[in-house]
Amino acid sequence: MSIGATNARPFLEIKDLNVRFETDDGIVQAVTGSTFSLEKGQTLGIVGESGSGKSVTSLAVLGLHRTRSNAKVSGEIWLDDEELVTASDEQVRKLRGGKMAMIFQDPLSAMHPYFTVGSQIVEAYRVHHPGVNKKVARERAIDMLARVGIPQPERRFNDYAHQFSGGMRQRAMIAMALVNDPALLIADEPTTALDVTVQAQILDLIRDLQEEFGSAVIMITHDLGVVAELADEVLVMYGGKVIEKGPAVDVFQQPQHPYTWGLLGSMPRLDREVRDRLNPVKGTPPSLINLPQGCAFNPRCPYAGRNGDRSFTETPELRGDIHKVACHLPAEERTKIFQQEVLPNL
Amino acid sequence: MSENLLEVKGLEKHFPITKGLFKRQVGAVRAVDGIDIEVKSGETLGLVGESGCGKSTTGRLFTRILEPTAGTITFEGEDISHKSVTQLRPLRRDVQMIFQDPYSSLNPRHTVGSIVSAPLQIQNIPTPQGLKKAVQELLELVGLNPEHYNRYPHEFSGGQRQRIGIARALALRPKLIIADEPVSALDVSIQAQVVNLLDDLQREFDLTYVFIAHDLSVVRHISDRVAVMYLGKVVEVAERDELYKNPRHPYTVALMSAVPVPDPVRRDRAQRDRVLLTGDVPSPINPPSGCRFRTRCWKAQDICATEEPPLVVRLDDPASHQTACHFPVVEDEAVAGRRPAAAPA
Repeated sequence: MSIGATNARPFLEIKDLNVRFETDDGIVQAVTGSTFSLEKGQTLGIVGESGSGKSVTSLAVLGLHRTRSNAKVSGEIWLDDEELVTASDEQVRKLRGGKMAMIFQDPLSAMHPYFTVGSQIVEAYRVHHPGVNKKVARERAIDMLARVGIPQPERRFNDYAHQFSGGMRQRAMIAMALVNDPALLIADEPTTALDVTVQAQILDLIRDLQEEFGSAVIMITHDLGVVAELADEVLVMYGGKVIEKGPAVDVFQQPQHPYTWGLLGSMPRLDREVRDRLNPVKGTPPSLINLPQGCAFNPRCPYAGRNGDRSFTETPELRGDIHKVACHLPAEERTKIFQQEVLPNL
Repeated sequence: MSENLLEVKGLEKHFPITKGLFKRQVGAVRAVDGIDIEVKSGETLGLVGESGCGKSTTGRLFTRILEPTAGTITFEGEDISHKSVTQLRPLRRDVQMIFQDPYSSLNPRHTVGSIVSAPLQIQNIPTPQGLKKAVQELLELVGLNPEHYNRYPHEFSGGQRQRIGIARALALRPKLIIADEPVSALDVSIQAQVVNLLDDLQREFDLTYVFIAHDLSVVRHISDRVAVMYLGKVVEVAERDELYKNPRHPYTVALMSAVPVPDPVRRDRAQRDRVLLTGDVPSPINPPSGCRFRTRCWKAQDICATEEPPLVVRLDDPASHQTACHFPVVEDEAVAGRRPAAAPA
């Protein structure tokens, strides 16, 4: 909350980000008009189903779309007063792995099978610390492996990725991402491939490390439980757009968008009594090549017809103060529907 | 209702590890290592556990896709443990399977029509209204458009493909369906649609399910009875509500406390109450002696290394609640914040 006297730019600020890919089938509008910001020490959770644009948003921040010639990015991405969309490849390369780093979902495919895990961490360190000799870098890597809870780090340093178990491999990747003390850490479904007990360990680790290093963390996941565990602020994406955004407590306690209601209604929860039936969102997520006219959620929204045909003609804007929502329903009506129809079934 | 449809006793499946030119056996992966359980007619039995605990192998043994190394499988009073493929054919009418991956479990070169009609043709089931009509009825039943009869699997989304797999499993009107992680590859909203569909079908056709999954909340939603597996063994089994309210085995307790709760207000409490297990699941090639969970258990004592705990009723639990543990967790026991001693490497 740096809107105080200095009026300084937030640590990470994304303004009207658009990402599209030109494919043979047409233009894939992966992200449309995404705007958000994040301060150091804060965690932002981005939730959405497959194809909602959550991963593409993070790839654009890291400049990883640059390897794809068909990607078109517009808008602004400011990281610590540097603009990244217009920055040169060289500039982005310097930041990537250094000031900003990423943890991927599948560590087996994110790590090189021919090089030892240790040598990959050493490489990541030396790229950003050119003057450092091998011995120091090795010590640093072993230290990082120990920090993320890998037993016998000196021995594991020489192992290959396939010799690690799933959870240990994910830890090793976190060690690699953190070796340069990144100020921004993006975790894309970091625990989706893991068992729950290991997931709990990894989430714990990310939380501890964030406290220690004070990084800004973006947590991308489809699992609302994981978001609730970590995030201070939550962004819900649908069809490439941010449709709801706010402090985690507000979004979970007073969700505003019918899609968010649907997501919460779809989840069986251990902290509630067993419901007779789940209340899923009907239908399937839209194709990003051919998004529905008006509000992208209208074919699946039970309340789409309530405002005449506005939902079918006009794209709702993201409105609100701290807790924002992109929905045509008037605020009072939304609250009423939530209290009377949605909440009793959650 | 309480009649046993399927019963297994001492079920084992060891996959041999071979070495050298003559395939000399040097060891075995003990994927399933002595399971006794029954599936009652009309119920849904949930099988939960982490990856590598043998839950999928168990499912495949139940359907006799795999042949057990030891033990017996009895379906409707008939021993099917070692029947040949031809002898098993009549059984296939009664026991069907739904697979996890809706992409690899459907032949990409076959149309939906031929995929769903294959079981009917193999089993020579007469379809008085015609094969096409029969398939279209099945498609409609699982919520697909019957006109999509001639489409190929790639033309469908993940959720729709899973519905095709369900239609195929239903074609023979089986009594028992083994569903191996049927929703874990699907998006949350689609997952809920498929869970509801399975619910409806069970009611309509009196189906018995064995629902294999790693997601404890989905298992709780769908099951009547739940068995928790760890390293090839059932460590705890009970009626659903009993198990979730009153877990006895330390592993069950840890597993449940690890599930993230979608409520940020409660997160501090959830984190405080969490039992963090250290280390990984040991290798099933060389499982720990005695109780297999002892290497990660915070309650382990000397007896746990020497004596394997039997799966029996503990404390004053109902007869249907069995736990394989020397030191079951009692209610209100302060497990919170307990962390096991550093795991031996």
